Amino acid sequence: MSQMTQPGGPPKRPPPWNDPRVRAITFQVLVSAGVIAVGVYLVHNLLHNLAVRGISTGFGFLDNRAGFAINQSLVHYDESSSYGRTFVVGLLNTLLVSGLGIVFATILGFVIGVARLSRNWLVSRLAAAYIETFRNIPLLLQILFWYFAVFLNLPPPSEALRVGDSVFLTLRGLYLPRPEFGDGFGWVALAIVAALAASAALARWARARQERTGERFPVFAASAGLVVVLPLAAYLLAGRPVTLHSPELEGFNFSGGVSVIPELAALLMALSIYTAAFIAETVRAGILSVSHGQTEAASALGLRPGWTLRLVIIPQAMRVTIPPLTSQYLNLTKNSSLATAIGYPDLVSLFAGTTLNQTGQAVEVMAMTMAVYLAISLAISLFMNWFNARMALVER
Amino acid sequence: MKVRTLLSAICVSALALAAVPAHAGATFEAVKKKGFVQCGVNSGLPGFSAPDEKGVWKGIDVDVCRAVAAAVFGDANKVKYTPLTAKERFTALQSGEIDILSRNTTWTVTRDGGLGISFTGITYYDGQGFLVKKKLGVKSALKLSGATVCVQSGTTTELNLADYFGLHKMKFKPVVYDTADETVKSFEAGRCDVLTSDQSQLYALRSKLAKPDSAVVLPEIISKEPLGPAVRQGDVEWFNIVRWSLFAMIDAEDLGVTSTNVDQMKSSSKNPDVKRLLGVDVIKHGLGVPDDFAYKIIRLVGNYSEVFERNVGAGSALKIARGQNALWTKGGLQYAPPFR
Ligand SMILES: N[C@@H](CCC(=O)N[C@@H](CS)C(=O)NCC(=O)O)C(=O)O
Repeated sequence: MSQMTQPGGPPKRPPPWNDPRVRAITFQVLVSAGVIAVGVYLVHNLLHNLAVRGISTGFGFLDNRAGFAINQSLVHYDESSSYGRTFVVGLLNTLLVSGLGIVFATILGFVIGVARLSRNWLVSRLAAAYIETFRNIPLLLQILFWYFAVFLNLPPPSEALRVGDSVFLTLRGLYLPRPEFGDGFGWVALAIVAALAASAALARWARARQERTGERFPVFAASAGLVVVLPLAAYLLAGRPVTLHSPELEGFNFSGGVSVIPELAALLMALSIYTAAFIAETVRAGILSVSHGQTEAASALGLRPGWTLRLVIIPQAMRVTIPPLTSQYLNLTKNSSLATAIGYPDLVSLFAGTTLNQTGQAVEVMAMTMAVYLAISLAISLFMNWFNARMALVER
Repeated sequence: MKVRTLLSAICVSALALAAVPAHAGATFEAVKKKGFVQCGVNSGLPGFSAPDEKGVWKGIDVDVCRAVAAAVFGDANKVKYTPLTAKERFTALQSGEIDILSRNTTWTVTRDGGLGISFTGITYYDGQGFLVKKKLGVKSALKLSGATVCVQSGTTTELNLADYFGLHKMKFKPVVYDTADETVKSFEAGRCDVLTSDQSQLYALRSKLAKPDSAVVLPEIISKEPLGPAVRQGDVEWFNIVRWSLFAMIDAEDLGVTSTNVDQMKSSSKNPDVKRLLGVDVIKHGLGVPDDFAYKIIRLVGNYSEVFERNVGAGSALKIARGQNALWTKGGLQYAPPFR
C-alpha cells in the first residue's frame, strides 16, 4: 500500500514476458493450440487415407441390414434388423452382465470381507484362501474355466438335470418357466407398489418413534409381511392372472421357457467371484480403519456385536470403502469385454467384433464403442460420488 | 483399462493409416526394401495354413505367399506370417500390417467395394456345409430346424447361415466364437448340434476332433465361397504381381510344367506357350518382377496341381478331390489368362 502513495505515480507494471498471468495464459493457449493442431492433423490424415484406400466412411452403415443371428438379445432382434440394432443389443448385454455382476460381487465381497475378520479361525482362513486364490488367477483363465470346464460339462438336453417338470439345467443353458401375465395383473402390480410404499412409510414412522421414545419396532418383519401378503391377496382376488409356461424338450432343444445361456452364466460367475475377492479386501480395510475404541464404546453402551457392526462399524467403514469400491465396479464393467473369449454377445464381441468385421467400418465402430465405455464409467463414477457424499460423516 | 486399450488401439490404427503410403507401387517398393513378404494367414487350418511340427508354415494359402516371394525375390522362403482370426484379418490388411491376406477369405462384392481391399484371384472354389454329430441321425440340412449351430464370427458363414435357415423357414440358435479352436471344442462338448463353415474347412476341423468319426458332413452346399488372396486397393503394381503369381501356377499345370520337369522343359521345350511362361522367349510383361518369375515359382513352389495335391488333395490327410478346382479342360473351374 505504501508503494502506491509513493511519489512518482503508480508502480510500473512488470513487462509482459515477466508477468505471471500473461505467461500462464500464453502457455495455455500454446498447449491447447498444439493439441488441437495434432488432433486436426490426425483426423485429416485418417480421412485422407481412408478416401485414398477406398474405405467408405460415415455412420450410414448403421441403417443397413445386419443379416446375422445373435444368441442373446434383450430387445427384439432378427436377421433383418440393422447394424444400429446390433449396437443396442450389444450395449444391453454389456449392461446386463455388468449390472448383475456388480450386485453379486458386492454381496459376495461384503460377506467375505466380514468373514475375513471373523474371530472364528476356520471362517477367517477360508475367506483368506478365497481372496488369495481368486485375486491371483488371471480373470481370462477363470472365465475359460467356468465355461469350458464347468458349464460345458453339464449334461446335454436329452439328459437334462431337472427340478420337477419346469426347471432344467443343461450345457445349453438353464431353462425356467416363462410367466405370462393375464388381464388382472395390473392389480397385482398395483399391490406390489402399494406394499412398497407402505413399507417405506412404516420405516419412517418407526424411526421417528424410536428417536422420540427409544422404542424399536420390527420394521423388517412387518415390511416383509406387507410385501408378501398384499400382492398375494391381489393375485388370488384377481383370479390368478399369471400362467407359467414350462420349457419342453422339442427336437434338438428345449423351447417355451426362458433360458439363461451358459456364456452369460460363466462370464457372470467369473466376474462376480473375481471382483468379490477385491471388494472383500477393500471392505476389510474399511472395517480395520475404524478405530477399536468405537467397538469398545459400543459394547460399553450395551450394543450386541451384530448391532455394533451394523450401526457403528459399517457406516464409518463405508466412507473408506466406497472410493475403491467405485474403481472395482469400473473394472468389472470393463472386464466384461472379455466376453469375446467365450462367445457372449457383449458390446465388444458383437459390435466391435462381428459388426466391425462385416462392415469394415473400424474407425466409426471403435469410436462408438469407446464412447459407450466412457459413458458407462462416468455414470458409475458420478453415482458413486453422489453415494459417497451421502454416506460421508454428517457432523451433528 | 479397457477404454485405454481401445483408445490406444484406435490411435495406433490411425497412426498406422497415417504412416503407410498408399500410392501405386508403394507396397512393392516397401516389400523389396524390407526383403520379405508379410503374409496374413489362418492361425491353424490344416491344408490351408498351419505350422507343421517343426514350426514351418504349410498349406495352399501359405503357398500363394511363397509363390509371390519366389516371383519377387527368387526365394520362396522370404515370407513372414501373421496368424489372424476371421475378425482381425481385414483391419490387418487395411492398416498395412500385412502385404497379402491369404486366409481362406471369400471374395464378395462388399469386401471388394467397401473395405478398401481387392481380391486378386481364386485359389480354391469352396461352398458352405454342415458338420453334425453322427448320433443325431440327421441326413439332410433341411432337417435341422430348431438346432443350435456353432459358427465363427465375422465370416460370410454367419450370414449364409441366417439366410439359409430363413429361406427354408427353419429356426436355429447360433453360438458364435472368435476362433476355430473354440468352435470345435464347444461342438465337441455338445454346446451345439451343428458346426458350419466352408466345406473344405469342415474336413480340416473334423480332423481336429478327438473322435473324427463321431461327426459327418452333410451333403448340402448352401453357398458359393470363392477363396482367394487380397491386397490393399489402389496399388495396381502389387495387385498384378500377386494375381499373376497364382495365374503362373495354374498356367503351368495347363501346360504340363511341374517343379520336377521345369528345368528340362526350360532347356528343351519347343512349345511357344511354355517358352513364354518360363521366360525363355522374353515377353515384356511389365509386372516389375524378373522376366522368368514364373519359372522361379514353378521350381520353388510347384504348379497348381502339385500345390493342391500336397496340401489338401491325395498327398494330404484331407484327401479332398479336385472337383470344381480341376482345370477348365477337365471339367473344373480353374482357368488362367495366357502368358503373352
Ligand atoms: N470363407 C469365409 C470363412 C472364413 C473363416 O474364417 N472360416 C473359419 C471357419 S472354421 C476359419 O477358418 N477359422 C479358423 C481359425 O480362425 O483359426 C469368409 O471369408 O468369411
